[in-house]
Amino acid sequence: MNDMWKRYVLWFAQEHIEFRVSEIESLLSLFSIKMKYQEKPKDLEPYWIVEFLSEDDAKLLTNRSVSLRTCLELWGYENSLPALHQTLQSNTGILAQYFKPSKSFKVEVETFGNHFTQKEKVEKIETFSYLPVEGPVDLKNPDITLQYIEYYGTRANNPPQLPYKVFFGRWVADGLRQLIKKLSLKTRKFIGNTSMDPQLSLLMANQAKIWTGDLVLDPFVGSGSLLVAAAEFGAYVFGSDIDYLMLHGRTKPSRIKQQKRADDESIRANMKQYNLEHKYVDVLVNDFAMVFWKDAFEFDAIVTDPPYGIREATERVGTEKTNYVVSEEHLATHVPAKIEYGIPSIYADLLNFSAKHLKIGGRLVCWFPVFREDYSEQCLPIHPCLKLMANSEQVLSKVTSRRLLTYEKERHPTLDEQNIEHISIQDFREKYFVVREETRKERRLREAATRKENWEKYKKCG
Amino acid sequence: MKLLTHNMLTSKCVKGVNVGYPLTINASDVRVADVDFNPDFISRLIPKIDWPVLYNAAESLGHVEDLPKETPVNYENNEEFLKKAHRALLEVEVVHGELVCPESGRKFPINNGIPNMLLNEDEV
Repeated sequence: MNDMWKRYVLWFAQEHIEFRVSEIESLLSLFSIKMKYQEKPKDLEPYWIVEFLSEDDAKLLTNRSVSLRTCLELWGYENSLPALHQTLQSNTGILAQYFKPSKSFKVEVETFGNHFTQKEKVEKIETFSYLPVEGPVDLKNPDITLQYIEYYGTRANNPPQLPYKVFFGRWVADGLRQLIKKLSLKTRKFIGNTSMDPQLSLLMANQAKIWTGDLVLDPFVGSGSLLVAAAEFGAYVFGSDIDYLMLHGRTKPSRIKQQKRADDESIRANMKQYNLEHKYVDVLVNDFAMVFWKDAFEFDAIVTDPPYGIREATERVGTEKTNYVVSEEHLATHVPAKIEYGIPSIYADLLNFSAKHLKIGGRLVCWFPVFREDYSEQCLPIHPCLKLMANSEQVLSKVTSRRLLTYEKERHPTLDEQNIEHISIQDFREKYFVVREETRKERRLREAATRKENWEKYKKCG
Repeated sequence: MKLLTHNMLTSKCVKGVNVGYPLTINASDVRVADVDFNPDFISRLIPKIDWPVLYNAAESLGHVEDLPKETPVNYENNEEFLKKAHRALLEVEVVHGELVCPESGRKFPINNGIPNMLLNEDEV
């Protein structure tokens, strides 16, 4: 076999940089695409120089990526503009195949980390006049788009005189940055206080390798943000949540200017808003500690953001009272009492559930809150049937962060493995309320003291 | 609640219940809504479905129409059958009603299409 590797540049958005590698790796695995790194990607730099066997591979990957802005077939990549000109000039023979009299074209200039006027940009384009272009210029709908990129580093306040790197190539595909806007929470019908932003939701769906026709579950569904992303990639979605009012769209509105929720706010209404209603299967009110799905039911992927007990409660049905019985007359309208559902139990249940209810090769993608100073890979939840595939951090505050964990089910659990307890996980919530500078009680006491002082001052003056 | 979901739900978590399947449906409001037909998806879904349970559920809602009692051989290429299965699984919906545990008689209400599977604190 004479494999023809071709060189491309993947240009990323400088946002959620930590998630790049896991997203691209998941997509390569989803599409069974081979990709070679021509140079090792550096942490903060927005570009990777890679090789693919075909342009279709490059397109497939880029069209499904949320972190990627664009992908170019790389014609030149040098440390200075004169060197780039030299490379391109020596290759005009090969490049001529792209330029036919019938093919319209345009040239774009991008300057990363520095600003130039339109006039300066046009001047830059003119230095490439030796390219063997023959067709007409078409700025709206060209047959071929060429891009020249100058990279001035990531310190935008103090760019160098000359770019560190210059790139020239032919545009191949764009990533899904537009979709992030389309799914914006600002314009979404139904949102909750902890709705996941669309970019992270889409990243999760990619890491879960969601594909058309998959069955996907979010067992802590809330307002259904993760299901929107999953359905966008073609999955049929299920959700469950213990919060009856949330699923029925009757919690307090999350938008500051909204007095009352509209009558028709629901996860289903969101699906409708994005023309995804045909992907919506059902949501149910359900205590995750109590599994109602039949044993043989397997999901292709589980994506979820369990409650950490900070912005939303960690609860399950139960009572501290012994021998408590709901009386017959109250049965119809009784709202079950809830007890604390500790973070270690939530994750133990989630991993056991996933080991049982995922297909082999199916993925669980979930967030896990940690204290940064205590973090080590040993403190992550584990299960013998689930392999940890990716683990990336999103910093939330000086002391806390959450990690996006991706597991893949390798085999079915044996009888002994069906209910493994992970008691070693630290309870994030317990520590959260201990290490805060001031506890709630202290704050209340301090505020009460201030009020009293003010009242006494007021009385004296009065 | 769609019949696909009903096909996957049990009440085995209720104290003293062993199988809890299938749940009986008492519906007071049933709706049939158009859903885009995806033959590949339905064909891959059929092996996961307990067919007699689906048939009986559709019958109990008065929407069995000409759904066959058994899945035909080579259903993968039988578009006519897949369309009927699609209708029963994804288009027929219980908007209001209840699910009933076949062993304990415990009722789970369905409101606005959303089943409430919460147990009370004395049942867990």
